[in-house]
Amino acid sequence: MPEVVPDEVIRSLEATAREIRREVIRMTFAAQSGHPGGSLSVTDLLTALVFHELKIDPAKPTDPDRDRLVLSKGHASPAMYGALALRGFLPREELASFRQLGSRLQGHVDRTKLPYIEASTGCLGQGIGMAVGMALDARLRRASYRTYAVIGDGECQAGPTWEALMAGGHYRLANLVVILDRNGLETDGPTESIMGIEPIAEKFRAFRYHTIEIDGHSFPAILDAFAEARRTTDGPTAIVARTVKGKGVSFMEGKHQFHGKAPTKAEAEQALVELGRAPEGRA
Amino acid sequence: MSALPGKPESLRDAYGQALLALGERDPNLVVFDADLSGSTRTVLFGQKFPDRFFNVGVMEPTMMSMAAGLALQGRTVYASTFAVFAAGQAYNFVRQSICYNRANVKIVATHGGLLVGADGGTHQIVEDIGLMCGLPGMTVIVPADAPTTRAATFAIAERDGPAYVRLTRENLPTVTDGSFAIGKAAELRSGSDLTIVAVGSLVARALEVAEELSQVGVSVRVLDFASVKPFDAPALLRAARDTGALLVLEEHSILTGVGALVASAVAENYPVPVRRVGVPDLFGESGEPWSLLDRYGMSKERIRDEAWELLRGRGKVQ
Repeated sequence: MPEVVPDEVIRSLEATAREIRREVIRMTFAAQSGHPGGSLSVTDLLTALVFHELKIDPAKPTDPDRDRLVLSKGHASPAMYGALALRGFLPREELASFRQLGSRLQGHVDRTKLPYIEASTGCLGQGIGMAVGMALDARLRRASYRTYAVIGDGECQAGPTWEALMAGGHYRLANLVVILDRNGLETDGPTESIMGIEPIAEKFRAFRYHTIEIDGHSFPAILDAFAEARRTTDGPTAIVARTVKGKGVSFMEGKHQFHGKAPTKAEAEQALVELGRAPEGRA
Repeated sequence: MSALPGKPESLRDAYGQALLALGERDPNLVVFDADLSGSTRTVLFGQKFPDRFFNVGVMEPTMMSMAAGLALQGRTVYASTFAVFAAGQAYNFVRQSICYNRANVKIVATHGGLLVGADGGTHQIVEDIGLMCGLPGMTVIVPADAPTTRAATFAIAERDGPAYVRLTRENLPTVTDGSFAIGKAAELRSGSDLTIVAVGSLVARALEVAEELSQVGVSVRVLDFASVKPFDAPALLRAARDTGALLVLEEHSILTGVGALVASAVAENYPVPVRRVGVPDLFGESGEPWSLLDRYGMSKERIRDEAWELLRGRGKVQ
């Protein structure tokens, strides 16, 4: 039974996601490095988490009862930083320092530098394990917080991803939600031609996850899936979110070449126009 | 302190008992193991505190990540398995999930080095000290006996941040009074002609050789460098200055172990002759544990020869 989410909430989330996408373009253009493709594919999922689903408060980033978010695909840091800045966890101006020497905005998210980065990640296959540890902590102290791990699809080729998924299933961690940003592309090309991970939903089910397959760019679908995960009390939930790499920028969509390549000045300009550049025109 | 080794005792038993005591003291302490809890002795903790004990099976990399996830919530977490899995199989997980995250995880690895014996070279890791010392923020301890193991198990709990303790499978004779402190070398025997710096299983042999040499009038200082990182540079440089030559003994690759650390510290600060006794650039093999040490260049005869070599170089003997 879907949760009824008012239209204006959906429209607001869509507008926020567009704004975060513009920040992704600005950050990767300014740094002339970073991972725009996988940041744009995961933006709607992170927006839904940070602006709707998670119990978090920028004024209390270390509140013991806050929900935990682990971005296991740590290279999607621009989307995470954009979401956290807009949510009030860091000054928006600081986004310009992304990947610069001395910046808190490391190439891959670093928990020792920024509030509400729960775990430093980057080398793939480690985030779910840390999330499982967090979910076990909540169970041990009978705390109500929930743990969300966002993983990439190339990451599903890594053996330890499956170790960690096995552990979440074994311990029947109903307070754990694993979200797969299934954009279909990794650095060198399509996952299915490099090392296929399908049938991925069946794999999650075999590992004892209540598994939901959704369009990862539809906010009603994302919020429904989160609500369904909350109603699932006998074990962990996996959400397979079908997404488009480079989502929102026509010449980046479906292009693995933008996995780890920054836009040129002309590309950044065009991308910002397509993403409905903010009226003040800051680029 | 007795100058000669006492009766052999199990380091792993000492660890298991110390962990039990820690579990009583700290209700938030959590322990992980990877299907070797009988061998590592974490089973004792697991029987007493089943809710706080996670035997995760054969998934050492993810064990390190899970341990980190719990530690980041403010807990002290111990994780145990064999050294080849803790430092080898799980290396990048120790690096990122634990060290890069500054997670308060204490890795107590058993079965380090050649003394694993019959299982052979696959399981005899002789690179772990080098791997773990290279990690920023990691404390590395190699106890020589059961009392130091007990003291080190407690000491790392008191110190915030990651730690790696390397234990050996074989029982080892007691050589210390257990007054271990992180960052401090223990002078087990005073001497002025030569210093033997030793860790782990070879500390007892260092004391035996020192005793033999004393019979012929040579005075040998013996330092137990159980705290490999942080490293007691002042004690080392004092020894270099006072005795003029250093012999390093370790059941580890001489390329990346304590000998390499000693040699570089001495070369930079107070150059004196240094010789290293340890495992050459080789994998081990199956065999009776102590015979393996002899076969791979760590026999008492070899230690004695290296000592004489240094003493001759200094003109202390003919």
